[in-house]
Amino acid sequence: MSALALTLAACGNGDASEDDASTGTGTGTTADTASNAGGSGELSGSIAGSGASSQEAAMQGWIAGFMDQNPDVDVTYDPTGSGTGREQFLNGTVLFAGTDSTLDEEELAAGVDRCFGGEVIELPLYISPIAVIYNLPDVDAEHINMDAETIAGVFMGEITSWDDPAIAEANPDVELPDLPIIPVNRSDDSGTTENFTAYLSEAAGDVWTHGEVETWPISGTQSGAQTSGMIDVVSGAEGTIGYADASRAGDLGTIAVGVGDDYVPFSPEAAAAVVDASPAAEDATDLRLTVDLARDTTEAGTYPIVLISYSVACSQYDNEADAANVKGLFEYIASPEGQDRAAQPDVAGSAPISDDLRGRVQAALDRITVAG
Amino acid sequence: MATAAPTPSTSGPAPVVRAGRTPGKLGNRVFAGISTGAGVVILVVLAAVAIFLLYRAWPALVATREDLAEVGFMQGRSMWGYVAPLLFGTVLSSVIALVVAVPLSIGIALFISHYAPRRLAQVLGYLVDLLAAIPSVIFGLWGIQWLQPTLDPFFRWLTDTLGWIPLFADYQAPARNMMTAGLVLAIMILPIITATIREVFLQTPRLHEEASLALGATRWEMIRQAVLPFGRSGVISAAMLGMGRALGETMAVLMVLSPGYLINFFLLQPGQHQSIAANIAAQLPEASGMGVDVLIATGLILFVLTFGVNLFARWVIARRAEFSGAN
Repeated sequence: MSALALTLAACGNGDASEDDASTGTGTGTTADTASNAGGSGELSGSIAGSGASSQEAAMQGWIAGFMDQNPDVDVTYDPTGSGTGREQFLNGTVLFAGTDSTLDEEELAAGVDRCFGGEVIELPLYISPIAVIYNLPDVDAEHINMDAETIAGVFMGEITSWDDPAIAEANPDVELPDLPIIPVNRSDDSGTTENFTAYLSEAAGDVWTHGEVETWPISGTQSGAQTSGMIDVVSGAEGTIGYADASRAGDLGTIAVGVGDDYVPFSPEAAAAVVDASPAAEDATDLRLTVDLARDTTEAGTYPIVLISYSVACSQYDNEADAANVKGLFEYIASPEGQDRAAQPDVAGSAPISDDLRGRVQAALDRITVAG
Repeated sequence: MATAAPTPSTSGPAPVVRAGRTPGKLGNRVFAGISTGAGVVILVVLAAVAIFLLYRAWPALVATREDLAEVGFMQGRSMWGYVAPLLFGTVLSSVIALVVAVPLSIGIALFISHYAPRRLAQVLGYLVDLLAAIPSVIFGLWGIQWLQPTLDPFFRWLTDTLGWIPLFADYQAPARNMMTAGLVLAIMILPIITATIREVFLQTPRLHEEASLALGATRWEMIRQAVLPFGRSGVISAAMLGMGRALGETMAVLMVLSPGYLINFFLLQPGQHQSIAANIAAQLPEASGMGVDVLIATGLILFVLTFGVNLFARWVIARRAEFSGAN
């Protein structure tokens, strides 16, 4: 692990020549050039990506940071949505993609063709807490406490008033108003909805009976398109409750979620903690670092409602410039500098990945080569 | 043609002068070619759109229920089970818009054409036309930021006092329901309807109006006897043109409506209806495979619907033109 960390540090300085051998993953001269280039300002050309709009803000920050170091590279990211991003990546329109849900078997098979005989790389580089937001301007408590069952009950429409005993019991010090609860959901298919319902279904499956879905399963509800639509609706009336990327919560109140015996408000640290506490997904490999989030965890200090957005690339490209550029960009994204940049509240407010994860990401990135 | 004019003054040789004298032949042919070409391009584009829609929609139209089951946002519905509520929502929003906009437009048009002093009429005409220049996303923003909070107390009152009528039952704040969407659409289609109706009213034969006045009619009676009967088909076609725009309106509906896939008349409840265009805009970014085909199929249905409405409007206009020509 220390060798890997060293590689990364070296890459940051733009002087990685001696460390490549020690990682044992370098595959000849092309890999050396590619890894040397990361962050050294020697890269040139243009690379395009598209996909999840959840990563858009972070990606803008990363692109700006990366292009500061490599002024000759032109990087674009089009937030077309995860589905379109995967499609465009697989048909070769873009060189890399961002996606909220992992590639399925069919897509992975198509990925071998797209990657010139190589494999698809999936890296969890964007970890973002999803906040449960509410609009109660007259309640001055910092957070309202709810456990998973209560949240599920609210969104199922079973708990209909803010002064319901289930909520009051968890908040002895808060004076709750006698207001109807208006649950708000996303009207479009969304990775945020998928992660939120996954949490409800895993942590409170007895109450939330609709499973993990991308499309909100209950009809007759208030809803908004995209995160901004959700925020607009929640802000638009008193007593609303919804879910959104934590960085967009703004002045709205946020729920402290029950984990074990505690109530944990969202924070980058708590969000990163739950990813580290989670096992790898069943079909994960050294190149696809997909994780099976432990949303029902009881470990203290973890915030279980998290969205992971994966960065997708190829392990092989058909020319050196593409391989080096994509590798350089992803190395910057995974670097402490890149992760801290995205974590700024005015960029994306995401949770920086842990050093352990960074090591495994670097090992995967070292295997990006030129085909043939 | 323009270059031909100076040639004689250069007193060049005969061939130049001859070419200058007969520019018509070449010019005519070129211009005829260009305008025919432009006309053909329109037809080709229309045909290309229709063929594209049909081609891309075909897999969804013939898909089995099992094929469609993998499309997440359809939630297990059949193709027609999915399209029917969307079609209903599209038509419902347009009808609400028309019910509000047409009487208002007739009033504005009458004021401009028969009541207002000429200078005021001109200014008012400009202002109404200006409404048409506002992008629909601005109407959407306006709907969310201003109209929804403004309508809130009114809708509360409506549901409290008239809630026993299913139309107005169970309002829930914020006002993201079909009524709000219909009202925003009404304002968006106001300019095109008003402009068309105004032109028709202005064409009322002067003799009819004067004859009516000469028989002792007041101005209102004159309008009822001469202007409105003359303009009736014009009003209908203007309404159809407006409906054509309302049917395809995307952004404003997307922004002010909490969508749902039901067929009912609960205008004040959220999550009941959705229009085809807004649904495509909302679902396409995350759609893939069969999902895209399904959305394009709904687009095809919208295309057919708007095409039909516009065709009907043209037909009514054409009929009126013949009628007035015979006069």
